[in-house]
Amino acid sequence: MDWAYFLQQLINGLTLGAIYGLIAIGYTMVYGIIGMINFAHGEIYMLGAFHSLITFLICQAAGISGILPLTLLLMLFVSMVLTSIYGWGVERVAYRPLRGSFRLAALISAIGMSIFLQNFVQISQGARVKPMQPLVEGGITLMESANFDVQLSYMQIVIIVLTFVLMVVFSLLIAKTSLGRAQRACEQDRTMAGLLGVNVDRTISTTFVMGAALASVAGMMVTLYYGVIDFYIGFLAGVKAFTAAVLGGIGSLPGAMLGGLLIGLIEAFWSGYLTIEYKDVATFGILVLVLIFRPWGLLGKPEVEKV
Amino acid sequence: MSSAFASTRTNGSEVVKELAFFAVVALLMSVMILGVETVDRPTGLELAVRWDLVLIAIGSTVVGRFALIMRREGMSRIVQALLITVTAVAVFEMFVRFRDMDDRWASPVVLDMAFGSVLSTVVAIAFVAIVFAIAYFSMKEKGAVEVDESAKLSSKIQLVYRSNTKKIGLVGIIFFIIFPFLFGENRSAIDLATLVMIYIMLGWGLNIVVGLAGLLDLGYVAFYAVGAYSYALLSQNFDLSFWLCLPLAGIFAASFGIILGFPVLRLRGDYLAIVTLGFGEIIRVVLINWYDLTGGPDGISSIERPSFFGLADFSRRVPEGSVAFSDLFGMDYSSMHRLIFLYYLILALALVTNFVTMRLRKLPIGRAWEALREDEIACRSLGINPTNTKLSAFAIGAMFGGFAGAFFATRQGFISPESFTFLESAVILAIVVLGGMGSQIGVVLAAIVMIGFPEMFRELAEYRMLIFGAGIVAIMLWRPRGLLSFRDPTILLNMSQKEKVAGELK
Repeated sequence: MDWAYFLQQLINGLTLGAIYGLIAIGYTMVYGIIGMINFAHGEIYMLGAFHSLITFLICQAAGISGILPLTLLLMLFVSMVLTSIYGWGVERVAYRPLRGSFRLAALISAIGMSIFLQNFVQISQGARVKPMQPLVEGGITLMESANFDVQLSYMQIVIIVLTFVLMVVFSLLIAKTSLGRAQRACEQDRTMAGLLGVNVDRTISTTFVMGAALASVAGMMVTLYYGVIDFYIGFLAGVKAFTAAVLGGIGSLPGAMLGGLLIGLIEAFWSGYLTIEYKDVATFGILVLVLIFRPWGLLGKPEVEKV
Repeated sequence: MSSAFASTRTNGSEVVKELAFFAVVALLMSVMILGVETVDRPTGLELAVRWDLVLIAIGSTVVGRFALIMRREGMSRIVQALLITVTAVAVFEMFVRFRDMDDRWASPVVLDMAFGSVLSTVVAIAFVAIVFAIAYFSMKEKGAVEVDESAKLSSKIQLVYRSNTKKIGLVGIIFFIIFPFLFGENRSAIDLATLVMIYIMLGWGLNIVVGLAGLLDLGYVAFYAVGAYSYALLSQNFDLSFWLCLPLAGIFAASFGIILGFPVLRLRGDYLAIVTLGFGEIIRVVLINWYDLTGGPDGISSIERPSFFGLADFSRRVPEGSVAFSDLFGMDYSSMHRLIFLYYLILALALVTNFVTMRLRKLPIGRAWEALREDEIACRSLGINPTNTKLSAFAIGAMFGGFAGAFFATRQGFISPESFTFLESAVILAIVVLGGMGSQIGVVLAAIVMIGFPEMFRELAEYRMLIFGAGIVAIMLWRPRGLLSFRDPTILLNMSQKEKVAGELK
């Protein structure tokens, strides 16, 4: 066995998994609080990628793209803020009016929202693939073997570290702040939380906004990492991230991250050792297997069916 | 009522604040995606600024929000009058357009007519003003009560619909049967009707799964694809005729339904939705990558067109040993014959789907589906096997998807994985849910709204899907239970209770 190759796939898989994990958190938080799949979440991630790309182009036009840390911070900030508003808008338009209605209605309106956002970006920004020049170049050579050098690029370090930091920040946010307490309260019993003075509407809005902010970071990292984006990237990434959320146990934050990492690793190893064409099939296959044998996921709690 | 209402009325400064808030939101949402365009240049991406679009976005958001505030404050007369005016203009536009439907690419007729000359502009403005005035003054200021009344009106429509379902269905069937005689010479009308009919059939097929059995299937297009590819492959590799392949395609699709359904049907609703979505994608990925069998992304072309029940052929040059359709009936050759035949074929297939569904609803298995949809635990305690019951719904729904797929393949003569994307599944599901789950006539209505109207506005090609997406959201907000919400059980213990339950369900 070629350990160098294995190590390289491991690094790639972890990077990819970090990105999936960030998107998956949005799914898991929304599902936790309103018990519904946010179908437009993939498009939010796509919008994050576009916002960061355009921010970069504006920086370039303004002549400050030479100062790398400033550019990256600006991209992160602008993309998080603007994309969050889209997350807020999705909740406000497609979910809030239908909250009391039956479940399928909200799902369908979210699918409509997803189609709308996709075509909105396609029309306003064009259908062609948008290239992005690499900003963070170079890397560390971890291991040199006869025919293969194991590379850990600086970009990969940035992605993994940033994901880790965001994970810690959001876990603390949910565990320690009053906002997090309100969220956990709404998750357990929305009516009761409302009776006890929690602003349920605002809490749900905030959940969507937080999910969108994390997805926008994922979108920005994909823009920097792969260097190409288009209006269609949201769909597949969204489905895979949802798979990750289910795999980790929907409703559980660490579960989403773990699921994301696992999906990333599976995809990297599958395309590294088996066929690259069928890597999506592998992901969905895993999803089916998990749902059959452990529907509550790796870290989730099994749901008790009540009459 | 009015005094209680007055106290909730917002004052002017609050309205301004609210409008300002939404203006800022619109600005932030549009400033980059709309305001800055990324242009491809040989040197890389460049930016082009489009402030006008941002202004339009902000303007329309503020106006829309203002309309909503007016409505909330009980001053809905202006909003309604505006809506009626816009609808009148749109209906007029559609009326003019329908007279010559082949000219789909023309720009909006109304605009051309209105701004053609000074006189016509004056006339157009006067027309709009008169419609607005009539609409405004013919309505009473109703305030908050208005909401109740519109609900009452819609339940009245429901009642009329319910008591006349059979008649409405019959009129619909007769209309669809004589349709080719009305538009016989209009190629695009027949094409469009055939397309709508395909979706009606798919909607009816999916209705068994979603509407009757209550299983959320987001990958229905997979069965459609299985049906289409099984016909295409059987006809190309084994030279089997369409009439032999049609049942085979249904059987293949149904077996795929069973294979997929068996492991996953124990899952709860949302999980089932995602698994079926995944399955739909798997089928598509396999179709793209299994180049030797399916031709990959290139698809399969020159698929055999159907013959007239194996008796006669529709092509101009008839192959050796078969008869031309036009000769068989002693008519002149016309390329329309095949189109009209295809139309009747899909009409027949769709009606079979409908008939079978209606019969199944009255059989024990149909009753079990509906019972399962309402309460799974109760069903289990009464001895219904949920997995087998769901599996039968899944397989029968899949079978009709397979039939529709075989028809699609023979109509197009060309299939590729591109025709079987998730979007198709979403469209079919949207038709079922918009129609009102379980309602057969609702599916027809929704298919016409969702497929027919967008096809008519082809000139808006690139905006079509945008409007489609927004339309789904709007219809869902307007009628969350579908255009014809019709989800009460087929049978109740005491039939006289039916109306009462229907009233409560509303």
